[in-house]
Amino acid sequence: MSDDVWILGINMTKFGKHPDKDMVDLASEAALAALSDAGVTMKDIGVLAAGNMMVGGNVGQLIQKQIGQTGIPVFNVQNACATGATALRTAIMAIKAGECDMGLAVGVEKIAGAGLLGGGGKSKSDKSDTWTPKGRFGAVTSVDGRIGTTTMPGVFAQVGMEYDHKYGGATFDLFARISEKNHANSTLNPLAAYTKALSKEEIMADVMIAYPNTRPMCSANCDGAAAAVVVSGEKLKTLDPDQRRRAVKVSASILTSDPYEPGCQILPDVNTLTRLAATAAYEQSGVSPSDLDLVELHDCFATAELVHYDNLMLCDPGEAVAFFESGATTRDGRQPVNVSGGLESKGHPIAATGIANIWEVCQHLRDEAGPRQIEGAKVGLAHVIGLGSACGVHILEAAH
Amino acid sequence: MMETQIPVVDYLVLGEHPHLVAHECRECGARFFDRRNACASCGKNSFHDVDVATDGEVTTFTIVYAAAPGIAVPFVAAVVDCDGTAVRGNIVGTEPDPEHVHTGMKVQLTTVPVGTDAAGTEAIGFAFRPWEDAR
Repeated sequence: MSDDVWILGINMTKFGKHPDKDMVDLASEAALAALSDAGVTMKDIGVLAAGNMMVGGNVGQLIQKQIGQTGIPVFNVQNACATGATALRTAIMAIKAGECDMGLAVGVEKIAGAGLLGGGGKSKSDKSDTWTPKGRFGAVTSVDGRIGTTTMPGVFAQVGMEYDHKYGGATFDLFARISEKNHANSTLNPLAAYTKALSKEEIMADVMIAYPNTRPMCSANCDGAAAAVVVSGEKLKTLDPDQRRRAVKVSASILTSDPYEPGCQILPDVNTLTRLAATAAYEQSGVSPSDLDLVELHDCFATAELVHYDNLMLCDPGEAVAFFESGATTRDGRQPVNVSGGLESKGHPIAATGIANIWEVCQHLRDEAGPRQIEGAKVGLAHVIGLGSACGVHILEAAH
Repeated sequence: MMETQIPVVDYLVLGEHPHLVAHECRECGARFFDRRNACASCGKNSFHDVDVATDGEVTTFTIVYAAAPGIAVPFVAAVVDCDGTAVRGNIVGTEPDPEHVHTGMKVQLTTVPVGTDAAGTEAIGFAFRPWEDAR
């Protein structure tokens, strides 16, 4: 029995502000469009995995009540910024386990206008008028900002500065140029939340959030949803030639969490789990980093993109700065990264991101990416990381 | 009445020589600052408290301009390697800009006032300041 799994249909909504649509509207829009793209209906689907980060709950059942209650098992998943990839991974696992031959994964978020994320852990004693130690650190008040920072911009700024400390060359200027590349890419992506090119100078002069990340170097909070229909290789053989032609092979589907490393509970180690996921993905797929025609990686901040060049082994260890400086990651470079505009420009509706990045890769592998098509793309990689941490890596290959 | 003091977190020990205390795994030596159920590194559940070095080196930092209400910005947040133990803390006693703060800089633990509660108890926090200025 063949145990390969394919993307049969996939969709992402326009990312941005959707004041007139609620979470279920957006999720249903993406789900129905993915089913339509696959040429199937809810009656064909054997498992549904769905995720939303900020509200959570039974988002899968809420979607079913709009698009089709068929009695199938629903898995509601939540895994920070890797929620969408986790939903997809869950549907793929169900198919690989032989429980069904077709599954639907959906990720949705409504966070347009949300401010600073992270930096939680506020002590309840803040409401008291006397200092009372609370929680696992015996804190008498909220410590974020008093004892370092755990806000997302601050954490990922430190991730980038740590790379600079180890290897050198990772300057504010360099990080700004990474952001400049992604904002330029977004001008070709009509579904991106922001489609305006920004010069390095404009990026560096913008509002500083957490040095060296200014506002346009941070992922854009926005609304959006993405959904994918996955199918077993056996089932795919029974479908129409056109469905088979447009199917995209999931050559690797990997999810990791962060293994213990000294200091990882002080500053999250986003490197080790990404490297583990990438290693497993290359091994599972038989694809090597140099085979990749395009990469969508988790540039939640410009500083993060740099370290993931290294973690995904697109370059030799410690060589991420030189790799970027070589021009390899631009649209017309050897290994384009984030041609969608990335999270900095396309936007980052948290739970949708881990499916939207796969949608982007599929567009190119199907030769349907329009003006931003990477010519002749056959193999791509999609990566997400959710702090806490979870990392999803999928390697995708064209059918033809 | 003489005011009393309380550390802002329980791993800060006040007194004449303020310092941090970590829970160290007796099996593998991994160090943690929070209350532990077991060791994240080896899974064993026997710990003893150890004093953490008060001198250290900045391994990474950021200058934070957007923070929760009540936190003055900009401030420098950093990770300091205190003789092999990573510690999260702010850098004080220097201008919060990239000309004055850099990775590799030597720093020393210091205490900072956080505020006084209704009973007159003062909460004391910790931070790091440039080693040159310490003493």
